[in-house]
Amino acid sequence: MMRTVSAAETAPTTHPWVVHTEGLRVRAGRHLAVDGLDLALGTGVHGLLGPNGAGKTTLMRALATVVKPAGGRLTLLGEPVDGRSDLRRVRRGLGYLPQQFGFYPRFTVREFIEYMAWLKEMPKTVVPGAVQRAIDRVGLTAKANARMKTLSGGMLRRAGIAQAIVNDPEVLLLDEPTVGLDPEQRLDFREMLRDLGVDSCVLVSTHLVEDVVAACTDVVMINEGRLVYQGTPDDLITQGGQGDAGDSPAERGYSALLRRHRAGTGR
Amino acid sequence: MTTHPNLAVITRYAAGGSGLDDATVWSVEVHLEGCPECRAHLAGSTTDDTRALLDRVAAGLDGGIAAGPLPVGRRQPWSAVHRRWLAWALLPWLTMTVAVLGCAFLLEALRPDQPSLLLLLAPVAPLPGVAVAWSRRADPAWELIAGTPAAGITMLLRRTAAVLAVVIPALALAGAGSGVSLALMLLPSLAFTAASIALGAVVGVRRAAAGVGVLWLLAVVLPSVVIEKLPVILEPGSVPVWALAIVALAAFAASRADGYRRLSSHR
Repeated sequence: MMRTVSAAETAPTTHPWVVHTEGLRVRAGRHLAVDGLDLALGTGVHGLLGPNGAGKTTLMRALATVVKPAGGRLTLLGEPVDGRSDLRRVRRGLGYLPQQFGFYPRFTVREFIEYMAWLKEMPKTVVPGAVQRAIDRVGLTAKANARMKTLSGGMLRRAGIAQAIVNDPEVLLLDEPTVGLDPEQRLDFREMLRDLGVDSCVLVSTHLVEDVVAACTDVVMINEGRLVYQGTPDDLITQGGQGDAGDSPAERGYSALLRRHRAGTGR
Repeated sequence: MTTHPNLAVITRYAAGGSGLDDATVWSVEVHLEGCPECRAHLAGSTTDDTRALLDRVAAGLDGGIAAGPLPVGRRQPWSAVHRRWLAWALLPWLTMTVAVLGCAFLLEALRPDQPSLLLLLAPVAPLPGVAVAWSRRADPAWELIAGTPAAGITMLLRRTAAVLAVVIPALALAGAGSGVSLALMLLPSLAFTAASIALGAVVGVRRAAAGVGVLWLLAVVLPSVVIEKLPVILEPGSVPVWALAIVALAAFAASRADGYRRLSSHR
């Protein structure tokens, strides 16, 4: 299913990076979860890796403008995001799937995505077509009129992905999107990611290293709120050797980088 | 409109355009787009093959429509309320508020010599609803909504209006039943709603509502019940003061309108 492309979308951009942070600090409660992170992301699919507690979810929340940064600079789509900026323009180009996907159980899938499309201030005439396109892309066409409380975990996750992509965002933030998806659905999801990464900047936070290697053009690793590594998946594989822990070359590269970072910070 | 082609050209066009060069075919097509008479001529000169093709297409479409999913039913606005999350989340709190007001009304009817408990409790009546309407804990989809362009003071006011739509008629009814001045019943509750929204720009709406409510209960209600005298601020002459307070607090909230973009303002 196709959609019309507006002139504003094909206009050249004046910002060098879609997502640009300099020394970003974000609090989660009282703890400083993101501590001096320098990140520059352009178009493509970026995989965000890191151990639990590294600050991945907090970083995603800060990029989604849900949480205000405590310090440093954050620039999204060329606009600075701080306490005083007008967030509406930036948020129209964002799509976000949180790790804990809260939903309204009595809505049907279609109604929920239409509600999110309305909240994202999409023009009313465009909404029905965009919603149907999002539902078809994630493969929920058969369940489009089912109530959300009747869906299984994987289908809920896919409904969450559908609401994130309904406005064709320039920055798409997916926090653990493949939780609950079976292997065939994961393959379909990787295909969809590759398709999305052509036009927009997608940041996928995941624990599954194989998903990152298969679908991502760029790997970002963070630990304890700081950047450990940013490079292509092939470079990640070359970082690891036979002596490192892991069952696949990518996992070995991941554990090698983590070990070196922990040794470097003296832990 | 271009000149009408003669009947022989139209007939040859209907038969497949043999013998006609490309330029003639194009000019006939452009003309047919705007001329119903020539379209009628075309319909009269269609060949049997074309008619058979059109019948096949019509049959195929009918079969596809019959076998496909049913069209989405027309949304009935009167049935939308029961699907809204806000209605179900607010139901217990609003029931409690109405019950408390009912008890205060009964107590006043039984003990008319005591200070009017209804008047004392009226200002804090909408506060539980306001606190629930804009709180991260009560709204399951808060993370999704906090990242959308529509999140802000307009949405907060819409939800507060839903709360007031239940509380204000209950207050008016109780006030009319007990013979208290209507302005004195309603204006303080509006002022307190405005106060919790205005303070919510600084400390978060839930905290502001709770703080303001507890302050009123401890500083005004408790002493009034103990001393058995209505406080000065609830005398009939204080109505202009309450009206002024509403205007001032509304102006303050409007000036800090950007503070409501994240569901719990200061964080």
